[in-house]
Amino acid sequence: MKRAAVLATVLTLLAAPATATAQCPRTSLGDIEDEVMCPVCGTPLGLATDAPQAERERAYIERLIADCRSKDEIKAALAAQFGDAVLALPGDAEDDDLGDVLVYLVPALGIALAAAGIAFAVVRWRVGGPRERRPGGAGEAERRLEADMERYEL
Amino acid sequence: MRRVLSPVSIAVICAVVAVVALLAYGLAANEPDRQAEESLSRGAREPAPALELPRLSGGGTESLEDYRGRVVVLNFWASWCEPCREESPLLDRWHERMKGRGGTVVGVDSLDIVSDARDFISEYELSYPMLRDGEGDSRESFGIVGFPETFVIDRRGRIAAVRRGPVDAAFMRSQVAPLLGRGA
Repeated sequence: MKRAAVLATVLTLLAAPATATAQCPRTSLGDIEDEVMCPVCGTPLGLATDAPQAERERAYIERLIADCRSKDEIKAALAAQFGDAVLALPGDAEDDDLGDVLVYLVPALGIALAAAGIAFAVVRWRVGGPRERRPGGAGEAERRLEADMERYEL
Repeated sequence: MRRVLSPVSIAVICAVVAVVALLAYGLAANEPDRQAEESLSRGAREPAPALELPRLSGGGTESLEDYRGRVVVLNFWASWCEPCREESPLLDRWHERMKGRGGTVVGVDSLDIVSDARDFISEYELSYPMLRDGEGDSRESFGIVGFPETFVIDRRGRIAAVRRGPVDAAFMRSQVAPLLGRGA
């Protein structure tokens, strides 16, 4: 009876860490690296391979992962250490909603405007350019075509 | 007859000019501030930029203004910075030396993890005041591009010497010791 109780206690103790691990909101270093910056390098942490500061930041993230912290909690902890500039994704910083929208909107608008400008320039050049450069070219041909059509009563 | 560029050519030229201008702006904007060194080379001393930061140990803030009237060796460092390990014991010895003569070393831990910084301080048994600049905002005003960097500030709050890189005994003797001896 006593032996059974000891065995049960040992089994319970062995099972406890496994249960805790299963409940832990696991994330990975690779998952977080792309979403935070290496503040010294000015690049996402995933791209900062050799920088000593990046190595420390990775070690810190791994400590927090081992400590069972979720991805959001780890990002919040990094922001507490390095400020919001450590967060690489627009929308992660809580206090700049307008900036988060503009960061997507401005480049999209810029690309759309540039594409429209180039399309407009190309169309104008193809329609007006060659005719202006060949005086009497297309205009003359049109006149002759009209004269021919009148002559043959078409 | 006057030759007119096509709109496509004009658009391409404008795009090239815009890219070149953007690159030039990027280079100019990232140029570190070297005004302190320029003034020193002319024999003048610039006022040190304003600096107010929380204490690394927690509990309140300190500013450079609080040290007005004392000689300050303002050292920017981080626990991940290898050269900072070399100079820290020297800075601590100089802090002890300066304390009774109206001077102090002040450390600014930048872009660092607080627990790492505290471990570093314990490891080297550093006794001088430490401030924390986690976001590294003071880098811009002091033109800091790497760690460590040290600014010697005279009793009137002006930059008297700059070291971009680790300090050594010769620097401390030549740049700090003379300021302790007089009221300038």
